[in-house]
Amino acid sequence: MINQKLNLSDKLFKKDIELKLMRDGFGYGLLEAGEKDERIVVLTADLKESTKVNYFADRFPERFIEVGVAEQNLVTIASGLANYGKIPFATSYAVFSPGRNWEQIRTTIGIDGYPVKIIGAQSGLNIGHYGVTHQSLEDIALARVIPNMNVVVPSDYLEAKKATMEMAKIDEPFYMRLPRIENPVYTTEKTQFKFGKANILTESKKPEAVIVACGLMVYEALLAYKELEKNGIETIVINIHSIKPLDEEIIIRYAKLTGAVVTIEEHQVNGGMGSAVSEVLSKNYPVPMEILGVQDRFGQSGKPIELFAEYGLTKEDIMKAVKKAIARKNS
Amino acid sequence: MKHTTEELEDISKEVRKDVIKMLLGAGYGHSAGSLGMVDVFVALYYGVLLHDPKNPEWEDRDRLILSNGHICPARYAVMAHSGYFDHKELMHLGEMGGILQGHPDKRYLPAVETTSGPLGSGLSQASGIAHAARMDKKRFRVFVITSDGEHNEGNHWEAVMFAGKNNLSNLTMIVDRNNIQIDDFTENIMPLEPLAEKYKAFGWSVLEIDGHNIEEIINACNKARAIYENPTVIIAHTIPGKGVDFMENNPNWHAKAPNDEQAKLALKEIRTMQGRVKEYGE
Repeated sequence: MINQKLNLSDKLFKKDIELKLMRDGFGYGLLEAGEKDERIVVLTADLKESTKVNYFADRFPERFIEVGVAEQNLVTIASGLANYGKIPFATSYAVFSPGRNWEQIRTTIGIDGYPVKIIGAQSGLNIGHYGVTHQSLEDIALARVIPNMNVVVPSDYLEAKKATMEMAKIDEPFYMRLPRIENPVYTTEKTQFKFGKANILTESKKPEAVIVACGLMVYEALLAYKELEKNGIETIVINIHSIKPLDEEIIIRYAKLTGAVVTIEEHQVNGGMGSAVSEVLSKNYPVPMEILGVQDRFGQSGKPIELFAEYGLTKEDIMKAVKKAIARKNS
Repeated sequence: MKHTTEELEDISKEVRKDVIKMLLGAGYGHSAGSLGMVDVFVALYYGVLLHDPKNPEWEDRDRLILSNGHICPARYAVMAHSGYFDHKELMHLGEMGGILQGHPDKRYLPAVETTSGPLGSGLSQASGIAHAARMDKKRFRVFVITSDGEHNEGNHWEAVMFAGKNNLSNLTMIVDRNNIQIDDFTENIMPLEPLAEKYKAFGWSVLEIDGHNIEEIINACNKARAIYENPTVIIAHTIPGKGVDFMENNPNWHAKAPNDEQAKLALKEIRTMQGRVKEYGE
């Protein structure tokens, strides 16, 4: 049963559910945040249009900074702006930022905890035909290992927008990853969003497993939930949009309740969201766990749907993993 | 309080002695670069910067960013002399929980402005501060010290382009042109010359000075204040290990601290201006 308290879209499983870009959610959220707070400045490394900061740049040209194709400079300039008192949003593709400029982020933003917001767009396999060089599958791991750094992975347009507006108000560094493709807007304006607070999307009186997902995989998890329900298997789906801080209390509670956990992310399984969940559970309440994601491989060109199938990121993969976790629990 | 050049030279001499004692006490550190930049730090803190040691967070203070954080012993010693903290702290360099971390750490000593050490990022941070100041029509200046060796870093040149593009005339960089880096002389590792011409080509104003002539350092910084067209780089030619014969111009002293015997000898050299004046009682 869908959690009614979250006011999810009434078109949740309908064919005509609206598709939108999370990047647009970010771009428009940034524009609104910029109108409210003059300290917000925006930087990009020659990717204004595709990171959707063009909306902000057109409205506030005096607060927009183009650094050229120079990601190390992107975040260190942002560090200086924050050192003075600005709230910088630094945008590029995830593979370059926090990929190419990781040490600069660690040293000039992480240590002093400057409120720089690092936005890594075009993350994950879904960038598709660009191929392996541009498919960032390591950025969650890179970001979450840095002390002081908050890590957010929104799962639709509205969540990306809310996350952007909220992080602008918090005097801490953030990393937010965004995919290239559009996906179903399954939440509504009324759906709650709070950093560090996971959203429990489905409810059940006798759940057999919990599926923890982030990003594009959240909707995939909902589709798996629906199929499993038809087969008589009830599951809880959790959208874990904040990888750091992680909602440990919810994870432990549902591990206890179901005794079987499946995580899914469009990221390497090493060091990603599944690892973070596993760290919490191994310390607090170990249960059988299946960690879905890219299994220590590099990507390649292809259509997103083909790549998701090849790398094990479909609702069928989730269903299989759920059944496996339940079987392990019962064995 | 205005100081005469002679007074500032005396302060430099005291600071050099402190640096030797700090490195001896800590048992590690960068001797050559620290000694080489003492005169620049003295000139900045006593004759250039608009600052208030008793109010280091003063909003309109000039900012001094140290990119090559490893020469922080010199900065720390000059900061102690100018009243930022108790002189006794200098003997606690690199101690756990202390304000004088082995590389500058803003969490422990906010007056260092930035946490630094990893090379090639200081000019970017300084450019970010200068850009933000200009957005808010602030009048303070941003000074940044970089080493010559860190010009090997790509990040540095990204910032050189950025400051040039944006005509950040409120930004002054002082390059410690001491010609050494860890492994060898800079021109053997990765040649930088013609350095002045490179900066000119990137849209900067360039001044070249003797980095041990305090009057010349102060004058160059004042001249940079008056340049409204673009950022200024002051290439300060310095002698690494300045004041101690056996350390001068020797890459082996880049990342090394003196032992007891060497420190004794070094202090004597500084006291006697390398044997040019006699010691009391000699």
